[in-house]
Amino acid sequence: MAIMNNIEALRETLRQEMERDPRIIIMGEDVGPRGGVFRATQGLYQQFGENRVIDTPLAELSIVATGIGLALTGYFKPIVEIQFADFIFPAFNQILSEAARMRYRTRSDWTVPLIIRAPYGGGISGGLYHSQSVEAFFAHIPGLYVVAPSTPYDIKGMLRAALQLEDPVLFFEHKKTYRLIKGEAPEEDYIVPMGKAAIRREGDDLTVISYGLAMHDSVKAADMLAAEGVGVEVIDLRTLRPLDKETILASVKKTGKVLIVHEDNPTVSVGSEVAALIGQEAFEYLDGPITRLTPPDVPAVPFSHPLQDAFMLNPEKIAKAMRELAAY
Amino acid sequence: MASAARNSTKTKPSGRPSDQLTDAQLLKMYKTMVLSRKLDERSWVMNRQGRAPFHISGIGHEAIQVAAAETLRPGYDWFYPYYRDLAFVLAMGMKPVDHMLGLLGKAGDPSSGGIQMPSHFSNAKLRIGSISSPVATQVPIAAGTALASKLKGVDEVTVVCLGEGSTSQGDFHEGLNWAGVHKLPFICIVQNNQYAISVPVEKEMAVKNVADRAAAYGIKGVVVDGNDVLVCYDVMVEAVERARRGEGATLVEAKTYRVTPHSSDDDDRTYRSREEVEYWKQRDPILLFENVLFERGILTEDLKREIEDWAIAEVDKAEEEAVNAPYPDVSEMYEHLYGPAPNWEE
Repeated sequence: MAIMNNIEALRETLRQEMERDPRIIIMGEDVGPRGGVFRATQGLYQQFGENRVIDTPLAELSIVATGIGLALTGYFKPIVEIQFADFIFPAFNQILSEAARMRYRTRSDWTVPLIIRAPYGGGISGGLYHSQSVEAFFAHIPGLYVVAPSTPYDIKGMLRAALQLEDPVLFFEHKKTYRLIKGEAPEEDYIVPMGKAAIRREGDDLTVISYGLAMHDSVKAADMLAAEGVGVEVIDLRTLRPLDKETILASVKKTGKVLIVHEDNPTVSVGSEVAALIGQEAFEYLDGPITRLTPPDVPAVPFSHPLQDAFMLNPEKIAKAMRELAAY
Repeated sequence: MASAARNSTKTKPSGRPSDQLTDAQLLKMYKTMVLSRKLDERSWVMNRQGRAPFHISGIGHEAIQVAAAETLRPGYDWFYPYYRDLAFVLAMGMKPVDHMLGLLGKAGDPSSGGIQMPSHFSNAKLRIGSISSPVATQVPIAAGTALASKLKGVDEVTVVCLGEGSTSQGDFHEGLNWAGVHKLPFICIVQNNQYAISVPVEKEMAVKNVADRAAAYGIKGVVVDGNDVLVCYDVMVEAVERARRGEGATLVEAKTYRVTPHSSDDDDRTYRSREEVEYWKQRDPILLFENVLFERGILTEDLKREIEDWAIAEVDKAEEEAVNAPYPDVSEMYEHLYGPAPNWEE
């Protein structure tokens, strides 16, 4: 089985699926000859031509809107790239008012099979506007699938799953994991279904619920706790809407303690929703407060290195929160 | 009425496309305008009687809409309407009862099953795209649809409508920019009725014509008297032919006037004079079309009355059917959020 990093998995899957399905079109800023600023589409323009890998004007609203218009015809299956998730907001109205509601407001007469890819997350000296986690805004919206796969295996499997859907998918990729995270990604066809979390590490004393880069840091922290005799179970949500309630609740009922870890702001976040779910449906199983560990509730990641380091989560910070909760 | 569609003895000195319209076509267009007007007026009455919660009107806009529809292939070309396009969607094949069902929020509303406010038209079979209430969002979506036709190599045309108020939105600019960059088979019709609810056009834009902006996108811009159905038809024929030939997009600005308040919840007496409204009522597009049809001997007083009676009977029928139709079951609120997920095995 091939070992590759996240960006290689993404690129290979795009290429394989475009070879298989001529309806797939990629659109975005610099996705053509340049191959994307993160190289996600490298070589695709050369292989598939300018009619299938389309460089767009620098205008996120219409990158998404024209994607919707292409998808509505049924002729094409567009995958649009928002260069940085921070720049998705001009398209927010198109995603919320059009893509997400088209099926609902037409009783499924019109559907929008559109994938919107967006690199998100910090730790790469991106400052306020190249580092944000924006998933909570979209996880709030009925009619969307919102995913945040963070391993090569999941990126392949979830991109394939997204391509089989007739509904819009927000496909968030933590940009720091692009080259940092390597793993096995099989050649053969497989699917990672939407709405299914993964248990990355099993344990009986404490449950960590996370996704993205923070999930990888949580696994490292769990290894540290294991050496101290604390068994930490790490759940990778992978899909943020719809949540895998079954996996979350089963783990909480087993361990009785929950630490929610993510890089997004804490207020009205995916963590808030997970906490509410556990509070309502597993209250009597809890042996400690539902705890959240996130960066501070400030706008986004500051540029200056000491500030960025203070903002970002890391295995040490997560291990400390684990220890405190385990001792409760 | 078909018997009345006799050949007139009109001359064709100018060689305009509208000169090629047969009497039967002209009468069909006239009938659609009258039907739309009667349906629209009835919707106002039902609102004022407390039987319809909301109505938004297209009265005064019928000429450009019916003229444009006459140049398209319903069910082949793509059409993204806006909420004043009652006459347009009727001309494309929707029925009076379709509007009435939507007006009353009935389950059988083909646009949205009672989910959306009235006049948010949609009909997938007729390729009439669904619209939302935030304005101008349909313009870049329509550009995407036109791009799909171009990439697929078919000669479909995409038409999108909006009011001049909506042209202030960035969506309008971005959509036209795409149409220009990709030389799309795309026609954007701006129905300039001179008000964005209460804000007059001078406070919306510094240019005299919306169509002047076409130059900025490298597309063709045309200003047309939106109340003159025949010149609207001429302009649209040219735009559709340009699109089908692969020669690019057109921005058509149809100058017209909204003779009604913005919606049933508006009171236009607070921002414009009755004299102004009265002036435009004298330039009513149906009135102007009737003058032409009378002049050419296509329409007579008897035939006019016959057509009006027919339209009112159609509206009566539509109203009765819609009034007697069921509301959606509450369970419908939970349906159509997502399509069925494939049967996945990890």
